[in-house]
This record gives sequence, structure tokens and C-alpha cells, in this order.
Amino acid sequence: MRAEDILVPDSSGVCCKPGGFHIDPTRPVARALITHGHSDHARAGHGAVLATQETLDIMRLRYGENFAGATQAIGYGESLDIGGVRVSFHPAGHVLGSAQIKVEAKGLRIVAAGDYKDAADPTCAPFETVACDVFITEATFGLPVFRHPDAQDEVAKLLHSVALFPERAHLVGAYSLGKAQRVIALLRAAGYDKTIYLHGAMEKITAYYQSRGIGLGPVELVRAAKKAELAGTITLSPPSAIGDLWSRHFPDPVAAFASGWMRVRARARQRGVTLPLVISDHADWDGLTATIAATGASEIWVTHGQEDALVHWCRARGLKARPLDIVGYGDEDESESPAPAEDTAPIPSPLEGEGQGGGYDARSSLANSPPTRPPAAVDLPRKGRGKKGGGKT
Amino acid sequence: MNRFAELLDRLAYEPARNNKLRLIADYLRHTADPERGWALAALTGALTFKHAKGGMIRALIAERTDPVLFALSYDYVGDLSETVALMWPPDPAHRPNAAPTLTDVVETLSTLGKAQMPAQIARWLDGLDETGRWALLKLVTGSLRIGVSARLAKTAAAALGDKAPDEIELVWPGLAPPYAELFAWLEGRAERPLNTDPAPFRPAMLAHAVDEADMATLDPADFMAEWKWDGIRIQAVSGLDADGKAVARLYSRTGEDISKSFPELLTALRRPGAIDGELLILRASRVQSFNVLQQRLNRKAVTPKLLAEFPAHLRAYDLLAEDGDDLRTLPFVDRRARLERFVAQLDDPRIDLSPLVPFASWPELTAARADPATAGAGADAAAVEGVMLKRRDAAYVPGRPKGPWWKWKRDPMMVDAVLMYAQRGHGKRSSYYSDYTFGVWSTGEAGDELVPVGKAYFGFTDEELIQIDRFVRRHTVNKFGPVREVAHEAALGLVLEVAFEGLQRSTRHKSGIAMRFPRISRLRWDKPPGEADRLETLEKMLARDAIDPAPVPSSRTSTEIA
Repeated sequence: MRAEDILVPDSSGVCCKPGGFHIDPTRPVARALITHGHSDHARAGHGAVLATQETLDIMRLRYGENFAGATQAIGYGESLDIGGVRVSFHPAGHVLGSAQIKVEAKGLRIVAAGDYKDAADPTCAPFETVACDVFITEATFGLPVFRHPDAQDEVAKLLHSVALFPERAHLVGAYSLGKAQRVIALLRAAGYDKTIYLHGAMEKITAYYQSRGIGLGPVELVRAAKKAELAGTITLSPPSAIGDLWSRHFPDPVAAFASGWMRVRARARQRGVTLPLVISDHADWDGLTATIAATGASEIWVTHGQEDALVHWCRARGLKARPLDIVGYGDEDESESPAPAEDTAPIPSPLEGEGQGGGYDARSSLANSPPTRPPAAVDLPRKGRGKKGGGKT
Repeated sequence: MNRFAELLDRLAYEPARNNKLRLIADYLRHTADPERGWALAALTGALTFKHAKGGMIRALIAERTDPVLFALSYDYVGDLSETVALMWPPDPAHRPNAAPTLTDVVETLSTLGKAQMPAQIARWLDGLDETGRWALLKLVTGSLRIGVSARLAKTAAAALGDKAPDEIELVWPGLAPPYAELFAWLEGRAERPLNTDPAPFRPAMLAHAVDEADMATLDPADFMAEWKWDGIRIQAVSGLDADGKAVARLYSRTGEDISKSFPELLTALRRPGAIDGELLILRASRVQSFNVLQQRLNRKAVTPKLLAEFPAHLRAYDLLAEDGDDLRTLPFVDRRARLERFVAQLDDPRIDLSPLVPFASWPELTAARADPATAGAGADAAAVEGVMLKRRDAAYVPGRPKGPWWKWKRDPMMVDAVLMYAQRGHGKRSSYYSDYTFGVWSTGEAGDELVPVGKAYFGFTDEELIQIDRFVRRHTVNKFGPVREVAHEAALGLVLEVAFEGLQRSTRHKSGIAMRFPRISRLRWDKPPGEADRLETLEKMLARDAIDPAPVPSSRTSTEIA
């Protein structure tokens, strides 16, 4: 039996024909298995949804009670038979409730990992390697330039800056589901015990994390605070709010952003970030390649991200590998619609977090700055360059 | 090196001038000599070691990484040094405290042979972290672009001793890194260092662009006008050293010493003084286009052939000093009189006076700007890129004060062209399709086709960049590495209104035409690509605006810029 007879990518995501279900479909389907609650993977409107209890709860928080026709919760390590196909869920270490989905039929084991990370995270169950024949991986940070440093060191950088600029407020852009709570937990682990302020968009999810027994210490909605009180404090907000009008409520704010993208300087500058914090909920290059090797899979499918490099790496090691070209998962082409950033917005757009590739901010100021290197493809005379240093009045 | 790398890292992200000053001053205050002196030299561009070439850095990384992964990474990151800094494999034998100091790096590089350079740089890279590697590579390749001007760094240094930045400028030409005597003076441990340079640079005065609203508030009687020549603004300074020997130097607008590139002008500076003027190429008394000048600028070796083909000329605007007198506090009208006499006394064919443009009212000046040929520029009109307005009573003030000087450039030419290819930008724009190749219609063998006529990478707003980027991603018909071919048919495509300064014949382009200084002026979402301009329109403009190809004393007739 071929893997494609069990799982096949189609226009809605990955489809299991014999089981009659999709995994993380990007369009409404009859039966969906959902790896985690980020909205590029967990969409509303499916007939039936199978996911971990946490993922179902998060979907309910985001989309309301009627986000699906029917729901069924499944625990880590539990398995079910669906139309002759055995499925089981395993921790992915990405965010609370995130799971890898193992699909097994006729002796062939396929694992769809969804988004995952192999680094420590106090806010979710640690990633488990699941042995398989075909491993379906993400490749958000699938380039060897991405080596995430120790997240605790990045938080130390933030705390150092807070100490250095006690008269300023620190705004930390962080994706509302997962990253924000992880940053809070990291701050607590570093001994920071003051109140941490939240943008309204993070309220429900953060309260939900706390209700699941994840200790986050004192957190408050920032809209209740006065401007002067916010000097020397830390506020978490959706990334798009950092450079927005909203940030005017803060005294001389320092713009920080917690994201794996902050490893690349241009990304930080595009967002007008002055304190980049390289904290990611995705596996870095070393994490991706180590995980692929650890699964023992001989065939690798790459769903989204920098798939070219990862596919190349796999093939160079004699693994069968192919990009799935699924449209809709963290697709940089999809990321350009501006994200709502009002304090009153119930849930920030999925498009603003990491994993959404080139999520950029309409307010970043990058026009009118000539590139630092002349593009090579088409050469035409341009005055601006040769004249540098010798300019005009 | 790590402290310095941290400083560069913070500076690279910090947009606010005052915060930059604080960061640099803090670094200089808490770092010992000579390390801080080398840092100041790095920030002011005063380090002179031989730079490592990009090719060498590529070779180092090629030995250590998969070429495909490198290529993909480089395309993504958009910056060689940063890509290498991030990809550099961890040193398995990493020893703590292996990081070099900036002093180590600078001193080693000043004596290091070319052959030893790659191994030395690799050893340093092994000893540094990501930020340290990035800073080291930026430093050794001579591409520290962190948004800090020499002036800003000097201002930060001045803060150590509560001195005004201009006090540093005055002593600066006599100083050399690592500036121990400067820091000693700033910290009150020694006397002010003497500037012994007999031909010092004087910070240049710059103009603001003027618009109609500004003009309405200005009285023409307060101003004098002159042509704005399309060359390079320079300062030509001559003086006598302690032994009475003449010393002459040419400086760029930013104070960079460019004397070596124009030896024939130095010999013309026979009287002590400082001329502010425009560097031009003259052939048979005719001012050549900027493209011709640029061919000389791009040459490293100044050969007799180059001197003969591209004879340099100084067209004088202003006189800043004469015989040891500082004239900068005089009104422009008085400096102008001194300048006229000075240039007459020099009596050298390589130096002449930029003529004034007579006018009594704004409409008269408007007419002169529209038609420089009949307003006095004559056959050199094509080398005029506008007019300069200078207040008669204005002193020469360093920097860009608003009010005393205005520049009023010629209106650009415009054409509606169709976006054909887009390339991702670099640096700050590394994930955006921000460089656009555009074409106009021409009759081809199979009917009308678009031929590329130019490439532009600025002129649009942030908002427009996002719109174009989205258009490119949604209408890609082909990918060639970092370049995307975008749908460009009569009924589907994006029309760009392109503004440009002039046209040149070019053998390198299929269209036979190259644009000068093209930029995106407007997005014409409303215009079907089929209605964009045709090549014939450009041909007509070229015929009308032809910059005289003039006598070129060699076979090299190309007008393109390398």
C-alpha cells in the first residue's frame, strides 16, 4: 500500500480517503482532525471535529459554541478507528493542546506533525517523537539560518532593557495563543513577579491557560491602567498593535517582538522593532532535521514554510521528500491583509503571528529607503548609487 | 569585539538619534583605550585596512555548508554577512574567551597578508556568537551600515567632554585612530589637540527642495539664483603647510578625501582657499552628462588615458576661505564677489565660475528653469538639473538649514510603463518584491510586445509597496530565482507611472534606451496595460532631450553605468 492511498494532499489540506476525514483542512469539510488551535489550522464550519480537549476549548473561545456540527475530544496517546484507519494524537510541544496526528493503516504509519517544536515550553506538554514511515512536517523555520537561542536568555535581554529604561514602557509583540503565555511563563521563571499587562485580545486565551493550571502570576488588562503607571512595566500585545496608534497609550514605548523571525534583522526592522526577541514556538533548523531523523521515516512531506531547503536536505540524505504546496497554512502570500489591532478586537487575526511567514505590518516604514545592495538581475543605469558620498546640494 | 558587536546591534535597530547618541556615548565612556578609539574609527569610517571581499567570505562559507542551502538562505536573508553569521557552523572545539577584541581585529588586519586573511577570519568567526560574527563580517568587508554618520559618532564623542560637535570637527583632520589624545582632551586630561592640516574640510551647506507653497512666501529680491549642475558637489581646498609648501585636497560633500581620483584638479588649486563647487567632465568646453562623469568615478586606477578621455573640471559656486581668512560668516553676495575675483586670479581652464541666473520675479526664474538653454546655459543646458536659490544675506552654515538655500529641480519626464518583472529587495525590504522592471510597447515580429526600458526601486509609499507586493505574488507567471515574472498582457497587468531625469542610448538593452534615475511616481490601477506608452514615445523624448553625444576621444562610447 502506498502512503498516498491513505493520505493525500488536496485543495483543502491533507485528506484521508479511506477514513473519510481531513487533517487541518483550510476549508469546511465533513470530518476534520485538528492538530492545534491556531486559526490557519483550526477553522470554523466543519461538520465534525476531532481534537484534544484543549484545542476544542480554544476553538470554542475563538469561534463561539457552534464552531462545528459535532466535536469529539481525544487525549494524548489515545487511538480511534475511523473507517479502518487507526488514528492517535501525540504531544507536539507547539502550544497548549497541540498534537501530532498519527494515521495508521495496513502497517503503514504516517504522522502529520502540524506545527511543533522540540524546545522546552512550560505552558504545554513536551514534544514526543513518534516513529513512523512517512512524516509530514512543517518547515516554517526550514533554513539553516534559523537556530533559535535559549528562550530564557532572550527574556533576560528583555528584563535587562526594562532595568535600563525604567522610564519607558516595554511592549512585547507576541502571538495571542501560545507565545504570549509562554513569554509570561518565561518571565516568571526568570524571577519577574510584577504585574504583566495584556492587550484585550489576549484576555480570554490567557485566562483559559490559567484555568488549565498554568501559573502565569499577576496579569491585568492594560486598558485599566493609566499611562504614567506603565513606565517600567511589560505589556504583551498582538504584534500588529506594537507600531499602531494603540501604542500611544504608553510612555515612550520600547517595541519588542517575540518571534523566531527576529533572527533575521530585516524582519525586525520591517516591523520597526527595536528589541527583537528570538523566541519561537516552531522547531528551528536543527530541530526540524533532528526530528526528521528521529522519526525514522523514509519519506518526508513538507506542508508549509521554507520547504525547498528542507526537501533538499532530506533528499541529500537519501530520504524521499516532497513539498505539499498546501495553500493556507502560514502562507506568506496570505499574510498580507492587515490584522485588526484594536484593544476591543476579540481575537487578533491569525495572520499576525509567527508561522504566518511574512506577516508584515502595514505601518512599517520601509519605502523610500534604498536597498543596501543593488539587485543583480536587470542592470540599468541608476544615479543614486554611484553618486553616494559625492552628492548634491 | 563582543561589546562593540552589541553596540552595533543596538544601533542597527535604534531609530532615534538621541538614543543612538546615548548608546555610543555610553559605550565610549565605559570602554578603555585603544578599543574605544578603534570603535570610533569604525563608526566614522576612518579604518583603513584592506577589506575582505565578499567572494572570500562566500568561499569560507562554501567550505562549511551545502551550496543549495546557502543559496536559499542568502536569498531569504538578503545580506551576505548576516547569512554567513547565522549559518556559520558551531566550532566543535570552541574555547571560552576565544572572542577577539576590536583592537586585535584592527591591528591584525593592518599587517595581515592577503593569503592569511581567510584562515584568520575563520578563526575569529569560530570564536564569536551570531551578533559578533555579523559585526566582524560587516567590519572586515567595509560595509558597516548601521545608520550612524561620522557626524553622529563625533557628536557622541563630544558628549564625553560636554563639547560642541563642531569643536571635534575642527580638530578631527589632525587626528588619527585610536584617538588617544582626543579622549584625553574630552576627559579633561590633556590640552585640545591641534589641527595641523593646512587644507581642512569644512562641513558643507545643503539646500532644501523648494515647492510652490514655499515660493509664494519668498521675495525674489532676497535671492540670487544659479544653475544646479548635474555633477558631483565637492570642496577644493588649498593651503600652505608649516614649511610653506602648498597642500591641496578635494573632498566629497561628506568630507571624504577624493584627491587621489582627480590629480589634475589639485594642480589647478594654486592659491590658498576653499572652493565649494561642482565636479564635471568637460570635453571641448562642453559639460558632459552625469553618465560620462560616472564612468570616471567607477575607475580605480587613474591612468593617463582616463585623464585624457574624462578631463575633470571644477565649476565654482562659493568661496569658504581665502588666504587663511574664513569667509563663511560673510553674506553670500560678498562671498560671491570674492569668488569671482578668486577664480579670475586662478585663471585656470579647469576651474570656472558657475554663472548666476538673472531674474527679477518668480515667473522669470520659472521660465529660465524651464529653458536653461536660452537663459544662459546655452549648449550645456542638458547638464543643468535645476536652479539653486541662495539668499543674498545668508552665511555659509554647515548642514541643511531651512531657508537660506533652496534647490528647485527640473520637472521629471513621465511615462506609463507596464510592470514586467519584480525582485525581492535587500536589507530592510528583504521579503518584499520592491524592485521593478517595467516595459513599454513596441512592434515586434509577432505584433505588439513589451520591451523592458528600466528598473525602479523607490518612489512609492509603504502602502503602495504592500499593494504592489501583493499584486506581484498573485500574478506571478514565472519564477527565476529571486525574480518573478509578472503577468503583463494588454488586458492584465499593472501600469506604473514612471518619472525619470533623462534618457540615454544603451546597447545593453533590447529597447536601445536606458533611463536616468527612474522611480515610481504613481500606480495606475485604473489604466489597462494595453494603453501604456510605446517605445516610439520614448524615442521622441530622446530626440528632443538628447544629451549631445559630444566628442568622445576614444572608442568607448557606451553611456551605461557599470
